[in-house]
Amino acid sequence: MMTELSLNILDVAQNSIKANATLITIGIFADTNKDRLDITIEDNGSGMNKEQLSQVEDPFFTTRTTRKVGLGISFFKLAAENTGGGFFIDSTEGKGTIVKANFILSHIDRMPLGDITATMHTLIIYNMNIDFIYRYQVDEREFTLDTRELREILENVPFDVPEVSTYIKEYLMENKEDVDQKVIL
Amino acid sequence: MKSLAELKAIRDKMQGQVGLRDEEGDVTRVVVGMATCGIAAGARPVLTAFSDGVQEKNVKNVMVTQTGCIGLCMYEPVVEVMVPGNEKVTYVKMTPEKAMEVIDKHLIRGTVVSEYTIK
Repeated sequence: MMTELSLNILDVAQNSIKANATLITIGIFADTNKDRLDITIEDNGSGMNKEQLSQVEDPFFTTRTTRKVGLGISFFKLAAENTGGGFFIDSTEGKGTIVKANFILSHIDRMPLGDITATMHTLIIYNMNIDFIYRYQVDEREFTLDTRELREILENVPFDVPEVSTYIKEYLMENKEDVDQKVIL
Repeated sequence: MKSLAELKAIRDKMQGQVGLRDEEGDVTRVVVGMATCGIAAGARPVLTAFSDGVQEKNVKNVMVTQTGCIGLCMYEPVVEVMVPGNEKVTYVKMTPEKAMEVIDKHLIRGTVVSEYTIK
């Protein structure tokens, strides 16, 4: 098991990258009144056929050849269901995949979200050929980072130049603080 | 809220300075395993340590990237270092502290840190 949900998100996003996605959308929505946390990861990668989709939640099913287990989806699903929440995955071959996990916020077994800034920063900087739409919302406060907007502004300056990389990290961190207020996810 | 306006200033500053990146031949590749096993074992901070360290110490011609499952799950976090003209070196059970050592001894001074490699 992972120790924080941001690691599960990093892990599932790796699946999208492996599937040759060019656009990955990650959404994190916390509603303290409904006591609910929803996480969505959607991509436009190669998707899965019906047979693969029916087996994907099985930890002993994987498309990689180095090992016989594929734990990413199973871990994420377990993390959600341990809190009384739910898990949903759907895919269309040639179109993409969507993974949705929801959690009961106050449940004692609900893992912390953790360092989501590090996860998003890592994903963005190390996959500069992929666009990310990241939306973070707590109650009515939210912010979005769309790497396509960054590219438009930066023109040919890449993300991994130190000033830009630091800017992206600060953008993620400061906006998250503004949205969180006193809520600790 | 931090806005995108600052980014325009950064672009203006960097546009003149972005030179041709040497993508082949002389680049040393540092590859960090980021599959489920790697992430669960703590690969994310190791990746950050390598990229921050290389940046801070201004090590030239090094490209830090990530990869999927290398097949050595019980040794994660695993980092492979490929210096052109040399054999690939596989470091196992890496931590951010060990990463700094590898940057100093292997990347900067060219000596493999054999205590951390796979046996």
